[in-house]
Amino acid sequence: MTQNVALFVTCLVDVMRPRIGFATIRALEAAGCTVVVPQGQTCCGQPALNSGDRDHAIALAKQTITALEPYEAIVVPSGSCAGTIRCHYPELFEHDPDWLPRAQAVAEKTFEVMAYLDEVCGWKPEGVSLPATATYHDSCSGLRELGIKAQPRRLLKAIDGLSMAPLAGAETCCGFGGTFCVKYPAISNAIVGEKAAAIQSTGADLLLAGDLGCLMNMAGKLHRDGSKIRAFHAIELIAGMGDGPAIGEEA
Amino acid sequence: MSGFTERADAALADPILKIAVERTAGTSEAKRAIAIDAFPDFEAARTRAAAIKDHVIAHLGPYLEQFEASAIAAGAQVHWAQTADEACAIVIALCKAAGAKSVARSKSMLGEEIGLPHALEEAGIVRVETDLAEHIIQLADERPSHIIWPAMHKTREQVSALFRAKHANPHKEETIAAMAQSARRELRAKMLGADVGISGANFLIADTGAVCTVTNEGNAELSLVPPRVHIVTAGIEKIVPSMPHAIHMLRMLARSATGAALTQYTTFYTGPKRPGDRDGPEEMHIVLVDNGRTKMRDEGLAEMLRCIRCGACMNHCVVFRQIGGHAYGGTYPGPMGAVLTPALDGLAATRDLAHACTLNGKCQEVCPVKIPLPTLLKGWREKSWREGLEPTSMRWGLGLWAFAATRPALYRLGTAIAIRAIRLIGRTGWIASLPFAGGWTKHRDLPKPAARSFMAQYQQEQRK
Ligand code: SF4
Repeated sequence: MTQNVALFVTCLVDVMRPRIGFATIRALEAAGCTVVVPQGQTCCGQPALNSGDRDHAIALAKQTITALEPYEAIVVPSGSCAGTIRCHYPELFEHDPDWLPRAQAVAEKTFEVMAYLDEVCGWKPEGVSLPATATYHDSCSGLRELGIKAQPRRLLKAIDGLSMAPLAGAETCCGFGGTFCVKYPAISNAIVGEKAAAIQSTGADLLLAGDLGCLMNMAGKLHRDGSKIRAFHAIELIAGMGDGPAIGEEA
Repeated sequence: MSGFTERADAALADPILKIAVERTAGTSEAKRAIAIDAFPDFEAARTRAAAIKDHVIAHLGPYLEQFEASAIAAGAQVHWAQTADEACAIVIALCKAAGAKSVARSKSMLGEEIGLPHALEEAGIVRVETDLAEHIIQLADERPSHIIWPAMHKTREQVSALFRAKHANPHKEETIAAMAQSARRELRAKMLGADVGISGANFLIADTGAVCTVTNEGNAELSLVPPRVHIVTAGIEKIVPSMPHAIHMLRMLARSATGAALTQYTTFYTGPKRPGDRDGPEEMHIVLVDNGRTKMRDEGLAEMLRCIRCGACMNHCVVFRQIGGHAYGGTYPGPMGAVLTPALDGLAATRDLAHACTLNGKCQEVCPVKIPLPTLLKGWREKSWREGLEPTSMRWGLGLWAFAATRPALYRLGTAIAIRAIRLIGRTGWIASLPFAGGWTKHRDLPKPAARSFMAQYQQEQRK
């Protein structure tokens, strides 16, 4: 099945780890999609939305909707940004008869990348191998807003040589929470400290997740603690890019 | 009182608190999971519980009138209080009319909410807390830190020391049984000698006028039946239409709170003692308290009135698990408290609470009545933003960022400059300290941003 899909790259991936964007394109193309990157995009507006700044959230949502609505499907390498578009855009325009249908239309065709590959494309990575042990953290928005849990695991299972070590409390928040981690650094640190300890006790070489914000939080803490565990967005491994630099490693 | 951040910092610095909270919340989390697994179609049961509450909240007036009429028919007297002060004044007047020198109280969060313990003290009425945890709190002169386990922040060792210091005839052995005996010796006589018994209500049953109370210690029965007068204080949202509804809610409550199928003691009080009854109070008074509830319903917090005070949201909250209940600064802690406290105490003084949440959604996932707690917290954030309560730095920062983000070309230029500036700081792939990002780099390293953004790289590739 060939699909024309638009990549919404997310502001964090754009600036901090473009590799995730390229991995997403690579995996989507391997699954038979044609990928375009609409130029009008910047950020989905989640920081404003979660800070209570509704006006700016609406302005960014309108910009994002306008940039993305011409495409058949929209794919996002982040459960929380995909969740914002899918679940919160329609709420934002609840009382706006002009924008509500547009928001709903975009919401319906927006997918988190791993859910899209697994559920819509029915695709699995072929010929990808990586001898390592990985553990997976279920980031909250993807898990609870979009039901992403089995999809990444199914895709990762198809990677040759990769074994998965279960993470105790995989569904427990890592304490990132967008601006939460900088507004309440001490509480956030206590939470991510426990998460880092749980990750270390899996004995895995790699930490995987589907959201760069959470990954930066957990990887940053692991690095501060002197851990050797390397962190990747799961799509990087799925796209066969797991042999490159991990988060925080120079290329 | 210090602010939220200071209270949270103090809590984080207390290793004993951490152990105490973890013991109780951790155990209840595990037990709840087992109970829910064994519950056939818990999801459907949650949907029904939420629907029952929504229905009565939408028809509060008629159900309250029905309850009043049935309660009066059963021989009880019903009083109405708009505010916390009014509620306390009614209770004190009833105590005085009964000539009470001492009252036996069975734990109720509404009592805490309206400041009843303090009001009784001011009125010179001796208060005997009959719930073991409330008794501990009273001895320590503290406030509850959890709605189910008011003394959850205390370890067994701390409680033992407290009993030794304050009980007339304390325990000799360091066992839980001996400690419980010590409390029993201290409390039993006082309980039985009280002139008035005061309780809350878990449910008010509209068609029979019954008041339902659950406890794990049987202290409600002991403290409410012997006294001559029984006074109930209850929030108006506690109403359910009939007994089967109450039973459904009870099943949800017990499992969500402790993982038990049912609370140890569940009692329905319908009016005072009747001719021929062997025991029971001669007078029963029910004080129905609004204290902001109608306003909450009318101003976007109707869903919050579904709350049955099970505590599951706090037991599963990553923030609560780190800082405990006192840091929240109000009567109610955790996620439900973060929603309720601004409504009760005003947003200006409590705006931190809505922000001190990662919006991870776990509280909503476990709430037996499906309260969308994260959405309600975001509602407070929005109100706080609209009313200009957010710090200027935040408003400016977000404003500037949004100005750029809504202009893609400017945004790309801005990110390119920011990336360059930040990359100058990191010598390896990690940045250990970044000005303006101290909140991040104080506790964790920050990966260095890519040399060029995705958009810049992608565009260059397209041009090739
Ligand atoms: S909000 Fe829900 S989970 Fe929290 S105490 Fe109330 S009923 Fe229980």
